Amino acid sequence: MKILTANDLRTGAVVWWDGSGWSHHVDAATDVGEHGGDIAALEQAARRVVDANVIDGEKTPEGVRPAHIKDRIRALGPTVRPDLTLKPADPAAINWVI
Amino acid sequence: MYKYDSYDQAMVDTRVEEFRDQTRRRIDGTLAEENFRPLRLQNGLYLQLHAYMLRVAVPYGTLNSAQMRVLGDIADKYDRGYGHFTTRQNIQYNWIKLEEAPDILADLAKVEMHAIQTSGNCIRNISSDQYAGAAADEIVDPRPYAELLRQWSSFHPEFLHLPRKFKIAVIASDTDRAAMRLHDIGIQIVKNDAGEIGAAFYVGGGMGRTPMIAPLINGFVPLDQLITYSEACLRVYNRYGRRDNKYKARIKILVHELGKDEYTRQVEEEFALLQSQGLEPPLAELERIKAHFVDPAFEAGAVDDLDLSDPDFALWVKNNTHAHKQPGYVIAVVSLKPVGGIPGDASADQIRLMADLARDYSFDELRVTHAQNIVFPHVRKADLYALWQKLDAADLSVANLDSIGDIIACPGLDYCSLANARSIPVAQKISERFAAQDRLDSLGELKLKISGCINACGHHHAGHIGILGVDRKGVENYQLLLGGCEGADTSLGQITGPGFTEDGIVDAVEKATDVYLRNKQGEERFLDTYRRIGMAPFKEAIYG
Repeated sequence: MKILTANDLRTGAVVWWDGSGWSHHVDAATDVGEHGGDIAALEQAARRVVDANVIDGEKTPEGVRPAHIKDRIRALGPTVRPDLTLKPADPAAINWVI
Repeated sequence: MYKYDSYDQAMVDTRVEEFRDQTRRRIDGTLAEENFRPLRLQNGLYLQLHAYMLRVAVPYGTLNSAQMRVLGDIADKYDRGYGHFTTRQNIQYNWIKLEEAPDILADLAKVEMHAIQTSGNCIRNISSDQYAGAAADEIVDPRPYAELLRQWSSFHPEFLHLPRKFKIAVIASDTDRAAMRLHDIGIQIVKNDAGEIGAAFYVGGGMGRTPMIAPLINGFVPLDQLITYSEACLRVYNRYGRRDNKYKARIKILVHELGKDEYTRQVEEEFALLQSQGLEPPLAELERIKAHFVDPAFEAGAVDDLDLSDPDFALWVKNNTHAHKQPGYVIAVVSLKPVGGIPGDASADQIRLMADLARDYSFDELRVTHAQNIVFPHVRKADLYALWQKLDAADLSVANLDSIGDIIACPGLDYCSLANARSIPVAQKISERFAAQDRLDSLGELKLKISGCINACGHHHAGHIGILGVDRKGVENYQLLLGGCEGADTSLGQITGPGFTEDGIVDAVEKATDVYLRNKQGEERFLDTYRRIGMAPFKEAIYG
């Protein structure tokens, strides 16, 4: 699947396109197919996000998983600070990244 | 230390308001990202993996307690309660909101700090010896010269759009504690046979994709020509440095391709031309700056003895203190490398505590080191135990300076958008593997440095043991280098062979240390043994 990701313009937070807006949770990401570039252009023009990119990912039983480790780290947070990730209470979350 | 005059303060305050307006226009849409991006970068604001990242300049690594306290407050108020001290003596915050960045710059300006020229193709923060003004082995305090260079290079209109970024280090002792020869320009303040003070210029060093050791191009530039000669070095680079290929744009490539002699000839020619133009600041300006760097009011006849009956304190004194030029005083270093910790990170509370301790025990001064540690430069020996007890209570008393536990590591793929692999987890595993004090003692001085990509922010080329993280088809992989050194005997590490997994690289490091321990003669350091026996025994042990 093709996933659209970006950073929130004002806060810099990592966000994922969920079909109608932006979510902080990669599991909400939808397959943008061939439309990622168009959505990115519109959303960046509307000044909601910055640095939008279409990346590869896959749907797994555990949820949406970006193909590259860099994007998985973006999705979760720094692997060395579990307390600052989106799943601070889940010690297995780091394994999902690696 | 240096205090802003009205010009310095006005420049910084003006920049804050300028950036506030630029940020407002970016958010309201009158400034597009492609126009805004270079503006935010000129103010040290990057967009990294998780958020905006702000890099704050710490000129030549020197801070007072009020500045340090504000750095701690910023970590709490605008970030997530911590900061990361970097290999260029700066501090970075990882979770900055764009709309709050102007307020942070305003808070910094109140204590004479900023983030100007901490990014972009300009002259970056001038770095220096972290023991400047305190070390027993220095000719003079190099910081007045670093400050003069800071003032010259700040907003210098000719050098704001160089072919590539430009880093300068200034030292004033034969022991290089600033990796001087791995900078674009390394300046060593020296004394000639006539007893005159001058500057030796080393130009064209650097790490990154193409590491090079800067050659000496002029062994003695009179100090009243320091700026003019620097200008000549920069002008030749600005004129001929490549702008068509960012990977070949650093001055080291120009010096290498022209050849040292031809580059030097052109610099000398430019220098002769510039000398007739009255470019050098008046000596009175240097004297004005020097007046800010007079010694603090050391106590005459301060007690020179230490009670070392507490073994933990004795170990810390042995490993984490350095000789001071003033009898009865000592330089104390806080290692920001706890076992299993994140190199260079400090919590807001720890930063504020160190500010308070500097006020109480070190004449209000601190230093940031390129090895990502913090220095109290002027501690009375009679106060050292009390200082150590307070550090110990805040988990800041790890006694591992310059050991394999004192690892330099860039933020790596956990934070950095340029990185190919994570650096910090490797550093954590190595520090845990070698945590036992007897292991640290047996290995002695062993500088291990880790970079998460070829840009080499973690100085892997200069590590006695270096580790470079690479991306191998989407999987992290780590190359091992041996034999690098950043001191007066600067050398570049050599790759041992094929790379390793995260766990494999830790095992490989252990095998390398085993080779050292088996072959060590007398008081040899790891580096000395490597230089004596060469790569072969290490390769055999690691890959055999």
